[in-house]
Amino acid sequence: MTTASPQRSTDIELMAQLLRRAGFGATRDQIDGYLKQGYEATVHELLNPVHGEHEDQDLMDRYFVASVEARTANHADPQWAWRLATNPNPLEEKIALFWHGLMAVGGVKLDHGMEMLAEIDLFRRFGLGRFEDLLLEISRNPGMMYWLDNQNSHIGAPNENYGRELLELFSMGIDEQGEGAYSEDDVKAAARAFTGWASAVTPPPFFLGPFPMEFRFDSDDHDDSEKTFLGQTGNWDGDDIVRIICEQRATARFVAMRLYDFFVSDTPNEKEIEGLADVFEENDGEIRTVLSAIFNSDHFKSAEVRYRKMKSPSDLVFGTTRLVDRFDVPELDSGMLANNTMFMGQHLLNPPSVEGWHEGEEWVDSGALIERINFASSEISRVDGRGVQRMLTRVRNSGNELDGAEFVEACLDAMGAIELSPRTRSILVDHADSYGIPWEADASDSIDRTIEMFQLIVSTPDYQYC
Amino acid sequence: MASNGPGGKNLVVVQLSGGNDYLNTVVPYQDGLYYDYRPNMGLHGESVISVDDRIGFNSHMAPIKRMYDRGMVAVFMGIGYPEPNRSHFRSMDIWHTAEPFTSSSEGWLGKVTRALDPEGKNPVTAVNFGRGLPRALAYPGVSVASVGALESYGLYTGLAGAQNTDALLDTVSRIYQPMSEDGIPSLRILQTGRGALDGADLLRQAPSHHKSSVEYPEANPIAQSLKGVAQVTSAHLGTRIFYTAHGSFDTHTNELVNHTLLWDQLSEAIDCFWSDIEEQGAADDTVMWIFSEFGRRVADNGTGTDHGSGGCAFLIGPSVKGGLYGEYPNLDPNAQLDGDVRFNTDYRDVYATILESFLELESEPILNSRFGQLDLVAV
Repeated sequence: MTTASPQRSTDIELMAQLLRRAGFGATRDQIDGYLKQGYEATVHELLNPVHGEHEDQDLMDRYFVASVEARTANHADPQWAWRLATNPNPLEEKIALFWHGLMAVGGVKLDHGMEMLAEIDLFRRFGLGRFEDLLLEISRNPGMMYWLDNQNSHIGAPNENYGRELLELFSMGIDEQGEGAYSEDDVKAAARAFTGWASAVTPPPFFLGPFPMEFRFDSDDHDDSEKTFLGQTGNWDGDDIVRIICEQRATARFVAMRLYDFFVSDTPNEKEIEGLADVFEENDGEIRTVLSAIFNSDHFKSAEVRYRKMKSPSDLVFGTTRLVDRFDVPELDSGMLANNTMFMGQHLLNPPSVEGWHEGEEWVDSGALIERINFASSEISRVDGRGVQRMLTRVRNSGNELDGAEFVEACLDAMGAIELSPRTRSILVDHADSYGIPWEADASDSIDRTIEMFQLIVSTPDYQYC
Repeated sequence: MASNGPGGKNLVVVQLSGGNDYLNTVVPYQDGLYYDYRPNMGLHGESVISVDDRIGFNSHMAPIKRMYDRGMVAVFMGIGYPEPNRSHFRSMDIWHTAEPFTSSSEGWLGKVTRALDPEGKNPVTAVNFGRGLPRALAYPGVSVASVGALESYGLYTGLAGAQNTDALLDTVSRIYQPMSEDGIPSLRILQTGRGALDGADLLRQAPSHHKSSVEYPEANPIAQSLKGVAQVTSAHLGTRIFYTAHGSFDTHTNELVNHTLLWDQLSEAIDCFWSDIEEQGAADDTVMWIFSEFGRRVADNGTGTDHGSGGCAFLIGPSVKGGLYGEYPNLDPNAQLDGDVRFNTDYRDVYATILESFLELESEPILNSRFGQLDLVAV
């Protein structure tokens, strides 16, 4: 049980949870803003981002000069980190992160920053739409074709890598025994259907610049003969393979399971997942509709899933950064944010394998926990952050004669309506009682005491959940 | 100083991530079939250091060959498990959990750590070098230190202007106690935190105990990880399991360049490590286990090799009876398994031998079954 504060309403806590899951958490002021329009309207707004040219692209190019037409994945990191830390519609970045983990392409092989950023943008644009459209886009994505060796897949000599991972990792999945609802023959048929789907490089936009990649279909290198794939026989091409995959219940279930795992809870709930698979099937595989069903469900709003998801390193780093709100422009420091997720085990644009990352408690080994606490406690101490100033003001305005419990609650509320387990909360109250409560006698070190409580709150095991 | 209780060696694991190409590591250089199947990827002439009249090591393994000649390298030829899985993740899980048929999230070395330190008294019984914890070391309630750089390991070490770090540490230390009322925060994260706090204090000091004439190359990640292993060994913290990883060996393309580079790095790292560990006087107490999740297809695909089954593994140390174990798999098309070599040594037999003969642990509770013991101890 987490203890809600008496003065904090369920509405506030539900909104805070929605924004932790659909985004990277929200400040207390943002929560108030969303509350004015209500929960369902907020879900709708989050699920319907207006995708256009980012207004601050120009600014980013000026500050991150080396990441213009980014040469390597590392050059591209700062750009995505800036978006993760600042995009006003957080779900646009969250869904990109979801698909980046599921259709993981990594800099260890595709060390091509421009292509990697193009892929992230592909996920922003198609990630909430029909799954079939997304699969087709990613199958025509030059970076992906290169990453999974499809440019080496030729008529008469198919390379099975893309066919296999398309089925195993992107759509139908395998069960705990490593078995899929498809056979080795289906893998081979898919590989044949995707022969001739390849990537090519084009001339660089400027001297010594990187070579942009583009998708190329080579009909002479395409196996046009008859194939049997998942029981259907025809002269299938790659887009037929994608279409047939999207007709499978296994695909609906797999996507539902992965969305549940990423947005709802670390503990799978079979009944909920089956229900989401139904929503997927009934709505032509539209991800937006499945997510809407998730966020508006009684299950999502129940205590059963509250704080039952371990924050990923991105949740932790960008959530804390958004709380602190200290960046006006994409300065060097903001470019370093991606390094912090890397130290915690999530190297953006460079997942450990094609499989992406494992969600859940696996994120937090003792080394990663040390990184998390060190990063968050240091970041939350930044009094130059507008967010930290707003939090300090909120705590200050909570009253002059707070007792330890009220002071801890004021800090938790100011940090975005955070909840704690009773045991953690009582230890923090002890700390406040032992070391002095700010403003009780207008103490000169009030700010230091309050920052110290912020540091402790982000060091708790409770803060590692969302 | 922490202590381990009874004897037993320290185990250093080197995981070759991505599927190391067996046939280009231990090369059947007298077998015409090898060259038939590897028209582009076959290793000829000076690219092979002969071991006997049938097989040789990749020439980028020269330091390992020298150790082999000293009798301290056991080579397992055709190691694997029944019904091979060609998914990196599933196959790696199979090696990590010692469970080929059922999915488990409990790592075999996580269980070893618990067996070595049942009450979790030493937070650095197992130390992982690198990002994230491999499943091999995962076990509920077992704390494993996962370290990037030893020197800066610890809590609030970089907190600018902190006036009250001791107070922070004191309160955080009260919170991270292994007691959980209803599962959130979970017992696991509380134990992880406890281990992190205790382990950090120990590990941060380790480099200062390490005096060595060996210079590990800076730009070689596996060499830096093994340097960390040597540093922690020399600090005598009671660490028994060390885990490192090297890769990626997923050489679907450009194999000749990438596979060579990876073995150059690994050979250099191993050479440095064993020189150092001998200098520390700890060589007799150390064994090194090198494995990969699978080998690769017998036939090359033009510029690389695809996922296969059956592979090779190595156990290294002066206490190991060196030599070739198992049989080199027959490359005859009729002897192959869907284009792959067939395994002939079950990896769990080697695990069982490592457990019983080198770690001095009962293997059955860890492997959930009784496996054969190989004759691997140097006389």
